Amino acid sequence: MVEPRSPRNLPPLSLHVPEPKFRPGDAVDYAEFDRGTAGMVERPDAAAAAETMRDLPYVLIRVLNDEGEAHGPWNPRLDPDRLRTMLRHMALTRAFDERMYRAQRQGKTSFYMKCTGEEATSVGAAHALDRDDMCFPSYRQQGLLIARDWPIGDMMCQIYSNSGDRLKGRQMPIMYSAKEAGFFSISGNLATQYPQAVGFAMASAAKGDTRIAASWVGEGSTAEGDFHSACTFASVYRAPVILNIINNQWAISSFSGFAGAEATTFAARAVGYGIAGLRVDGNDILAVYAATEWAAERARGNHGPTIIEHFTYRAEGHSTSDDPSKYRSAEERGKWPLGDPIARLKQHLVRLGEWDDERHAAMDKELAEYVRDEGRKAEAGGTLHDGLSQPFTTMFEDVFEEMPWHLKEQSAQMQAERKAAGI
Amino acid sequence: MNMIQAINSALDVMMGRDGEIVVLGEDVGFFGGVFKATEGLQARHGKNRVFDTPISEIGIIGVAVGMATYGLRPVPEIQFADYIYPALDQLVSEAARLRYRSAGEFTAPITVRTPFGGGIFGGQTHSQSPEGIFTHVAGLKTVIPSNPYDAKGLLIAAIEDNDPVIFFEPKRIYNGPFDGHYDRPVTPWAKHPQSAVPEGYYRIPLGKAAVVREGEAATLLCYGTMVHVALGVAAETGADVEIIDLRTLVPLDIETIEASVKKTGRCIVLHEATRTSGFGAELAALVQERCFYSLEAPVERVTGWDTPYPHSLEWAYFPGPVRLTEALKRVMEG
Repeated sequence: MVEPRSPRNLPPLSLHVPEPKFRPGDAVDYAEFDRGTAGMVERPDAAAAAETMRDLPYVLIRVLNDEGEAHGPWNPRLDPDRLRTMLRHMALTRAFDERMYRAQRQGKTSFYMKCTGEEATSVGAAHALDRDDMCFPSYRQQGLLIARDWPIGDMMCQIYSNSGDRLKGRQMPIMYSAKEAGFFSISGNLATQYPQAVGFAMASAAKGDTRIAASWVGEGSTAEGDFHSACTFASVYRAPVILNIINNQWAISSFSGFAGAEATTFAARAVGYGIAGLRVDGNDILAVYAATEWAAERARGNHGPTIIEHFTYRAEGHSTSDDPSKYRSAEERGKWPLGDPIARLKQHLVRLGEWDDERHAAMDKELAEYVRDEGRKAEAGGTLHDGLSQPFTTMFEDVFEEMPWHLKEQSAQMQAERKAAGI
Repeated sequence: MNMIQAINSALDVMMGRDGEIVVLGEDVGFFGGVFKATEGLQARHGKNRVFDTPISEIGIIGVAVGMATYGLRPVPEIQFADYIYPALDQLVSEAARLRYRSAGEFTAPITVRTPFGGGIFGGQTHSQSPEGIFTHVAGLKTVIPSNPYDAKGLLIAAIEDNDPVIFFEPKRIYNGPFDGHYDRPVTPWAKHPQSAVPEGYYRIPLGKAAVVREGEAATLLCYGTMVHVALGVAAETGADVEIIDLRTLVPLDIETIEASVKKTGRCIVLHEATRTSGFGAELAALVQERCFYSLEAPVERVTGWDTPYPHSLEWAYFPGPVRLTEALKRVMEG
């Protein structure tokens, strides 16, 4: 028990504990949110000094307006084929999420995480990066793999920990690793990948290579020490790295205010580190593409790192283990002022005369069938529900390059136990 | 060579042989490190390969993991082992498990050098021996040399190893062996046979202990500074003890341990670290599992006390000759 100090003639101190604007049952109104106007934010030269663009982290870079028109200096002016491919990648990501979410609900795996509403942040970035740029993702960047045309069947096998799982059933579902796709092994501990991305970029620079690195972290995880260490190292060594912050407003049940959003923007973290900071409409894939393209050009020109805050909304629960109706208003998703990334790119393509509802419906149908077919093929290798697909002895492999005596002994002990128990 | 020169030589030789090796850490560049272990390396191998870092152990190990992902072989220095705790997540959850979790797609061939141990009036933040924290982690190797010759050979083997290695350098014996008699003049390494260190490349394989004194009466299992305390007590008491310098804690040379204890029937485990859940507990457990029917007395532990390392009471904490001599009496009476 803390004894109260003797009263002095001062007003009492008070502790500010942040509280989100809307809780379950609340009517949602985003009128206070200033989303700016598409096309109105300046686009500095990618080689410009960070100190000349300290205003950028406080505004929202948007390209697509509500009518689906692309405006302003950040318009990446992509050709319609590229736009259709990006649309397809986002739609495939969503179809994949739907299928695997259902698979989890059917008991075929233990866990799943959707990225619904955030597809543009990964797909747009992957399109703007070179294929051999190294990605250090967090757990909601399945769009990177899909945009790099990584086989979804391989991802499914990982989710099922089945006989086709290259990771030998060791990792929780969705903790992919795909070196060939330039996709680093997902940890599960938050923000650890951030300094690792900086280290990769430093190594690339030290070697005179041309590859750059990119990493992704949620806004909630910017509170981790790893985030700040990464920013310091990136700044100090002018590392060719793109540090993405996916501000999807929610870290499980904690709104962005618990990571500091009431006080400033996440892009503004860049100002203190003296590096470039951009804040983009994360549901506008043209803005995501343009910001990533700018940051990549900056990195490749030895002008240093960029922090990009992708302002978006986590339309679904944190994971299959989460029920967001317990802590936030169900109205938020529908009233989100930046819309849905797939609908917005579709609208843009339709406006350009390069797409229509029929083609979109046909694409959705085709992708659903594709995911279903790939799912069946993957499930032929087993699901988690079917029991373990990996030989038991694989458990002791890869702890070290060569298995030391104590692991050999433990492996032998386990096999003897199982034999004795008749299993 | 003294131990610092031997470590410096190992780094220099390896950087000359392998262009992927980089050295990073606080003050390791132009200045050459607070203990001078990296002196001259930046001038010889360039700033792209030997550089100072921000004061951020998370960052040092985190970027080392990323550099290893690129294909480099980083040798980060953590200035004092007492400072390693901020980096624990990057070591335990990342470096140690990367090979396993990616089924070999990604690895972390990193050697983390860090001075550890007390005896320099470093107080609670410059004296600790946290090896037991790291031996407890699946996927990490832990190496602790006790003399210049071993320091160079083991460091070279650690750098060549494709798994992450924590390389603890007993800083009390950087400049000379120390038998625990803090009130006597320091003996320089120059008078010690293990200070004869070849200039070039050689390696001492990880996982191989050294029998530094043969004997029949009892087995003393030790590493780092405690090897010299054990040798000192053996010389002073004339006890016919066998002294084993473990050199590598993980993987452990269990064969050498087992053969010795089965021969002597008595065992004392020594370390400077705090006792409870220390590596000595693991050693005692292994000895009773494998040598129980050879044991004539309970296994003794000679360790630091379960307190923070006290500044002015350093020598009351340190498991010196008095503590070992008493333990030796008990184990021989048993």
